[in-house]
Amino acid sequence: MTGAPVLALRGVSKRFGAVQALTDVQLEVHAGEVVALVGDNGAGKSTLVKTIAGVHPIDEGVIEWDGKPVGINRPQDAQHLGVATVYQDLALCDNLDVVGNLFLGRELKKFGTLDEVGMEKRAKELLDTLSIRIPSVRIPIAALSGGQRQVVAIARALVGDPKIVILDEPTAALGVEQTAQVLDLVERLRERGLGVILISHNMADVKAVADTVAVLRLGRNNGVFEVASTSHEEIISAITGATENAVTRRQARLAEDAK
Amino acid sequence: MTTNQTTTDTPPAAIDPRLLVREAGFAGYLEEFKRKMKSGDLGSVPVVLGLILIAAIFQTVSGDFLNADNLTNITKWIAGPGLIAVGIVFVLLLGEIDLSLGSVAGVSAAIASVLSVRSGLNEWLAVLIAMGVGIGMGALHGFFFAKIGVPAFVVTLAGMLAWMGLQNSVLGDKGTVNLLNDGVIAKLDTYFLGDGDVFFTWAFALLGIALFGAGQLIDSRRRSAAGLAARPMSEIALRTGVIAVIGLVAAYMLNQDRGLPLPLVVFFGIVVVTDFVLRRTSYGRQIFAVGGGVEAARRAGINVAWVRISVFMISAGMASLGGLFIASQQGSADKLLGGGSVLMNSIAAAVIGGTSLFGGRGKTWSALLGILVIQSIITGLDLVHVNQAIQYMITGAVLLGAVVLDSVSRRTQKSSGRG
Repeated sequence: MTGAPVLALRGVSKRFGAVQALTDVQLEVHAGEVVALVGDNGAGKSTLVKTIAGVHPIDEGVIEWDGKPVGINRPQDAQHLGVATVYQDLALCDNLDVVGNLFLGRELKKFGTLDEVGMEKRAKELLDTLSIRIPSVRIPIAALSGGQRQVVAIARALVGDPKIVILDEPTAALGVEQTAQVLDLVERLRERGLGVILISHNMADVKAVADTVAVLRLGRNNGVFEVASTSHEEIISAITGATENAVTRRQARLAEDAK
Repeated sequence: MTTNQTTTDTPPAAIDPRLLVREAGFAGYLEEFKRKMKSGDLGSVPVVLGLILIAAIFQTVSGDFLNADNLTNITKWIAGPGLIAVGIVFVLLLGEIDLSLGSVAGVSAAIASVLSVRSGLNEWLAVLIAMGVGIGMGALHGFFFAKIGVPAFVVTLAGMLAWMGLQNSVLGDKGTVNLLNDGVIAKLDTYFLGDGDVFFTWAFALLGIALFGAGQLIDSRRRSAAGLAARPMSEIALRTGVIAVIGLVAAYMLNQDRGLPLPLVVFFGIVVVTDFVLRRTSYGRQIFAVGGGVEAARRAGINVAWVRISVFMISAGMASLGGLFIASQQGSADKLLGGGSVLMNSIAAAVIGGTSLFGGRGKTWSALLGILVIQSIITGLDLVHVNQAIQYMITGAVLLGAVVLDSVSRRTQKSSGRG
């Protein structure tokens, strides 16, 4: 993790009407690093991800890409930079088949028309390398189960050869086997030198694959931890804000008394 | 993808029993067909059955329905409302509706005829201006829908009234403009290719069959070359055979009468081109994506507003061309053109042909099949001298039947997981 971060947010703020969703948030993602973004419900994780993905342009602050400030105002801007996002609600088109969804927005073309054969071939290769099994790449997404849709959505993020992949709660709806597959997949992304931002509520997942944990609380940074040297409890207390309560105060006072 | 190295040591995946494995060969094709029918994916089967039924009923009652002369008339008359139905298909794919298309057709016919007949403008120029105005109206509907956020239903309802007013004011006090005899617009309906030369009809049919067969063959070759499941030769032969029989019988019937009518060629050509745009270009893919999930489309980087505006422009453009064919068929542009049941027939045609009212499913071929059904009913009822009032009721019942079929097949598809 040497050198400048691929993606860095400096003092990012975002307001929706009367709600201050993000205040002065900092975040750095290096190549080959898995950053877990954790926080309670409403902490601003999804909003932060959407500002990076260009869905919600930021109000204040700077987004840096390879050390240079960039403007991300539309989803296309983020796509061109190399940010791929898998949203919690997946955002797949129910009526299109798996191939159509995988290549939506970046179709392969031949003589100006869609190269269906080429796309289907690449789709099969991609799904095979990720050991993803679905009934057929030519059936509509509406016919797939929740878990199958999740893996299609993740596979889709990889089609454009991104540098940063954002996964919003990728394991929330998955069974044991598929969760393991997704975590394997996250590690494979890191091996390939991609930066991964992983939003999760599941501490076991975070401890298993993340290098760094960034905690958000009420739209602000509440600590960045190295996973290897941080305990489960420290992260949880940063998430819940439990570092400042009756128990911790008493412990602190007892420690002082003991001196 | 550079992950290939990491998976070389894993054993080849065993075939998951849940996968849909299609048997190779003709038996597999039959199995697949049965499965599709059961799961509510009816395709164009109900329409084709309906057409056969309609032809059989009217032939037995009137005895004239299957005459070459009557069939030729049907192929001429479907062009106008059929083109409007193609426009409707585009809008329905977005899951929206355009109620203004009848009025747009009326305005277009009025402008083209007034400019060419009363002002003496070159007819081609008049046609271009009329279509330009029509596309502009579509852009306006699209703008209010996509940029301002007014529901398409309301925008186009307002458009329907406003453009009807424009149509009346363009036509002025006299109200009716008779087209120039042997002019460009008049010939849209009356011209037969090569003045009825049988060669053109056979060439047109054979060209269509050859293109269809070659397309299927090339597609199959490319797929098997890429190691993908391809259609077996037997299936290609069957499909091409069915198309060939239909095409050749149609050509024979047309040649019994006056030959190959221009409106049929134009309509058919536009259906083929728009079908290609929808299925084989990224623009078409974008239309399906917006119809299937606006949010997903937006996140994939698709310019949703532009797709919506352009679709309304296409639908209005199709309607203005359709209006010219309707004017040509009745020999004049008047205040009633595009009013009455024209719009409803076109919407009914699109839905009867199998385009879903709920967005994201459909093709422009459904405009062709659907309008054939509608026009056959209308022509058949005329042949047996059923009055207008009954015709409306029957057409209404057929539309309701088609929508019921759409809704039920949608439910069946949902429950068998193929929505």
